[in-house]
Amino acid sequence: MEDTNKDKPNSRRKFLQLGLGLGAVSVATAVAGKALAAGPEGGEKSAPSASGEKVKVLTTDGKVVEVDAAQLSLAKASGKFVSPSESHIGIPGRKFVMVIDLSKCKNARKCIEACQEGHYLPKDHEWMKVFLMQDANTTAPYWFPKPCFHCDNPLCVSVCPVGATYKRSDGIVLVDTDRCIGCKFCMTGCPYSARVFNWNKPEVEYPSDMKYSPERAVPQKEGTVGKCVFCADKLRKGELPRCVAACPMGVLYFGDILEDSVTNGTETVRFSELIRNRAGYRHLENLGNMPSVYYLPPVDRQFPVDSGYDDLKPELKERFKNIPYIKNTKLKKP
Amino acid sequence: MTTYNSDTLFKEFKPQIEQTSRSWFIWFGFFICCFIFGVVGFIRQLTGGHIVTGMRDNVVWGVYIVNFIFFMGISYAGALISGVLHLFRTGWRKPIIRMVELITVISLVIGPVFILFCVGRFERIPYLFIYPRIQSPIMWDVIAILTDLVGCIIFVYLSYIEDLALLRDRSSELKIPKWRKKLYKWFSLGYKSTPSQVKRLIFSRNIMAAMIIAIAIIVYSVLAWIFGVTLQPGWHSTIFGPYFVIAAVYSGTGVLIIVMYLFRRMNHLENYIKKQHFVNIAVLLFIIGAFYGYFTFADYLTKWYGSVKMDKELIDKLFKDYYWEFIVANYVGVLVPMIIIAFPKLRTINNITIGAIITIFALWMNRYLIVVPTLETPYLPIQDIRPDWVKYKATWVEWSLTLAGVSVYFILFMIASKLAPIISISEMVHQDHKHVPDEPVQIL
Repeated sequence: MEDTNKDKPNSRRKFLQLGLGLGAVSVATAVAGKALAAGPEGGEKSAPSASGEKVKVLTTDGKVVEVDAAQLSLAKASGKFVSPSESHIGIPGRKFVMVIDLSKCKNARKCIEACQEGHYLPKDHEWMKVFLMQDANTTAPYWFPKPCFHCDNPLCVSVCPVGATYKRSDGIVLVDTDRCIGCKFCMTGCPYSARVFNWNKPEVEYPSDMKYSPERAVPQKEGTVGKCVFCADKLRKGELPRCVAACPMGVLYFGDILEDSVTNGTETVRFSELIRNRAGYRHLENLGNMPSVYYLPPVDRQFPVDSGYDDLKPELKERFKNIPYIKNTKLKKP
Repeated sequence: MTTYNSDTLFKEFKPQIEQTSRSWFIWFGFFICCFIFGVVGFIRQLTGGHIVTGMRDNVVWGVYIVNFIFFMGISYAGALISGVLHLFRTGWRKPIIRMVELITVISLVIGPVFILFCVGRFERIPYLFIYPRIQSPIMWDVIAILTDLVGCIIFVYLSYIEDLALLRDRSSELKIPKWRKKLYKWFSLGYKSTPSQVKRLIFSRNIMAAMIIAIAIIVYSVLAWIFGVTLQPGWHSTIFGPYFVIAAVYSGTGVLIIVMYLFRRMNHLENYIKKQHFVNIAVLLFIIGAFYGYFTFADYLTKWYGSVKMDKELIDKLFKDYYWEFIVANYVGVLVPMIIIAFPKLRTINNITIGAIITIFALWMNRYLIVVPTLETPYLPIQDIRPDWVKYKATWVEWSLTLAGVSVYFILFMIASKLAPIISISEMVHQDHKHVPDEPVQIL
């Protein structure tokens, strides 16, 4: 299980060195404030004794402060079960945001695999998709990872006739598959093809003791809609979404727009600066859905586009056969 | 000017509801077989899941939704035409008005059933009433369709009362089973043509006729907005509400001509449904067809002339992958019926009926071209190697249920024509105004 070693100091330190903004910053806020007890999920009341080991964390105003390592576990909420009705309430004081650095993606597909593993999805269900985009024949191709955009003006939520899909205070859009009638209106409403329908019973094994919560969305149910949930279950525990943690290139940054910080697991940066300096944008801004996912343009690339294509399995290569770049360079007969 | 009296009409139509010919049973059996085929398809879908349909993640709505729009359209057309004909006291409506009214109700019963086939969890349909969200256009549709259904049933029922009372009064002369006589007794609600009853009935029918015209326009616009409110290329169009209404009336008028043709032949109504009826309805078809062609042209021209990327992709797809379908739906479907009607020499009952069949087929295709190609053209490219994920192709399950829907349409019509005469006796007898002749007015 992924959570078995969560209380070991080593893993805790590693967790912090990864610079996870969420848990760490909230503790830092608590330190700056009057009490230590203010984890997002209302942690323990009494502070544990200091270990003497200091760890640097970033506060909301951008200061780096040192905190005793022993206090840091407070930010981690107990991994309690979140029922469908409880899942309607967002994590208080949060507004999650993702930044995807297109200059780093080389289509390693680790995000997709981690997502499918973590949410027990069939192999053909990709809540995170990686497209090969080429906007015009004369423009450069680039890899384009695309989760659900968790829009602030989500059409999928507007059109749902039974309230099965909903927007929370922390920005996350979830689907309650116990409520969903499977009308698929949300799928036609979403302009970003973020949603996946369970056309048959998902043929996957999942732990039988796992209770259904929209936050993790396991198991998926036949005849209902599924989609990326920003790993709301992980966020409750102060952990990064699975795709972000799995990306070997540090393409995906995740964080809190209210705290103005995002992290890709190795570096934590200010969201506003990152967007300003790297000319961040949102995909199809003109549609007015106001996504919570931002993109950094694919400039100064770390990898050539080909590196994401050449090692793919043939059936995956096949997906990109209509891209002009692939047609002209890879599929051209000598 | 022919005046009819109820006695002669009753005697004339009596055999039609008393006896059932062998060919009637053969056709009935045939449609029942088609229906059973649909049941098999439905069971397959229930056991195998929606994967047995051609629908996939991009084309999430297929033939089921096309059928839904199609049948609803026919129904609204019936409501509009019967309402207008009734309110304007159009003399020549009398022999055909009951058919129009039946079209309204029967299509309205079949249409929404296709939604049940389309939703992933049809057992959760009650959630629409338990957890309704009024912000969703689907809820607007649920409310509108239910209102329409109730309104149309009342409207049609009111038009039946006088005939049911007549059949009750003369049931001793009818050689029919007892339960049917009882049915007439119950459903005629003790109507005895007293002056106050007559007054009330006329008043209620006028009110309902006016109401269902309004409801029909609202309901079909709401249906169009299910598509119009989304951001999908091809759907996100302000013209969709009126366009759908016009397209609905166009297809519904075509269905009316076919129903007239079939009953005229089946029940030998040549003396009542005359060529002039066909011509008059055909003139209606011509005018609406012109509007439909104009709306279609306006919609596609604006999409094509500009250069919005997604609109261009959609138009390219329509003219490449859906070339013949597009030609049939939007050229043949408009021009051929119009040409048939435009030239007096071509304007025969058979030709008009052929034109009507083309209309209906083209309009079904038009709805297909509205629903499917748009869904195959999402903003983010479909990068998938599974062929059925890229291009929608309906499976036998979807076709079986489509066939079943059409069969039920015929079955219900056949049953309805046996319960009471397909030509409304009371309507034929009544004089709207003294100066309005009952002969069809010659428009062309």
